[in-house]
Amino acid sequence: MQRRLKIGVLYSRVRVEEKWIFGALEKRGIDYDRLDDRAIHFDLDHPEHWKQYDAVLERSISYNSGLYALRLLNAFGIPTVNTAAVAEVCGDKLMTSTALARQGVPQPHNAAAFSPEAALEAIEGFGYPVVLKPVVGSWGRLLAKVNDRDAAEAVLEHKSTLGSVQHSVFYIQEYIDKPGRDIRAIVIGDRVLTAMYRKSEHWITNTARGGEGELCPITPEIEDLCLRAAKSVGGGVLAVDLVEHPAKGLVVNEINHTMEFHTIQPVSGIDIASEIVDYVVTVAREYA
Amino acid sequence: MSTVVCPECEAEIALETGTEAGEIIVCSDCGVDLEVMSLDPAAVQLAPMEQEDWGE
Repeated sequence: MQRRLKIGVLYSRVRVEEKWIFGALEKRGIDYDRLDDRAIHFDLDHPEHWKQYDAVLERSISYNSGLYALRLLNAFGIPTVNTAAVAEVCGDKLMTSTALARQGVPQPHNAAAFSPEAALEAIEGFGYPVVLKPVVGSWGRLLAKVNDRDAAEAVLEHKSTLGSVQHSVFYIQEYIDKPGRDIRAIVIGDRVLTAMYRKSEHWITNTARGGEGELCPITPEIEDLCLRAAKSVGGGVLAVDLVEHPAKGLVVNEINHTMEFHTIQPVSGIDIASEIVDYVVTVAREYA
Repeated sequence: MSTVVCPECEAEIALETGTEAGEIIVCSDCGVDLEVMSLDPAAVQLAPMEQEDWGE
């Protein structure tokens, strides 16, 4: 007879996704703890408390809290979804681009520089417009579409003067004239569960910024690209964001490791929360 | 149904059935984000400001 599993769910806020996940755990009768990342602490000499968990699902809103918690849990030998290694890559756009480039996965043209002067030189090499993105950040915040040299100089100076040290890692991406939409696909393990178009008149199509969702058929090309993208960052429970590039075709723009799915779950009719729980249980059983 | 008082504008807010501790609700009077700290007794406080590393 299989031993009864114990799952931890690490979170910062109970969003609708966490409610769905808690509901799926309860529906399956799985023993679980809700772990508020503001309330927990780790004693490195005494990891016993954490060893009660057969797996921990990380759903923190704070990238730093989630990442360090995953590093500690993995160091204690506790399986996590996702792993710290995956979070390290997906939480940092430059690391994601590097992983995609290493595996030859199509993506927009990207560059990185560490001073405003070097960044300006790289931008001039791209031609205008370009997009500047913080390497860590989400929900479409602090993205800048830079249309000319004057704007580039201003944004670079502001980033280096007003931003944290992380904003002096300049991540430069070609501006893609996409057809008013991008594609978000949910990948769990080796399956592409579903995909949706995120439509917006604004060049930032993130649904956190008002983009609307519409079901996108999973073509063989989308499936192949998403699975390759997921594999290149280590795999797990991921949201792969694709853009239709006018010259290159589909390219991978970002990969999220603690994705929100409040739009895609109702749009697709797929119970993504339950799929995540099933995956966590599979991971827990592998190591139990 | 539990009710709480908004710490910002003192409006009385009814918590909907199914509300969870840790959930963010919005005060219908002043629009401020409130975090549900507990359900029994019902208590809320101003939600933390969005941080730079927040996201998905």
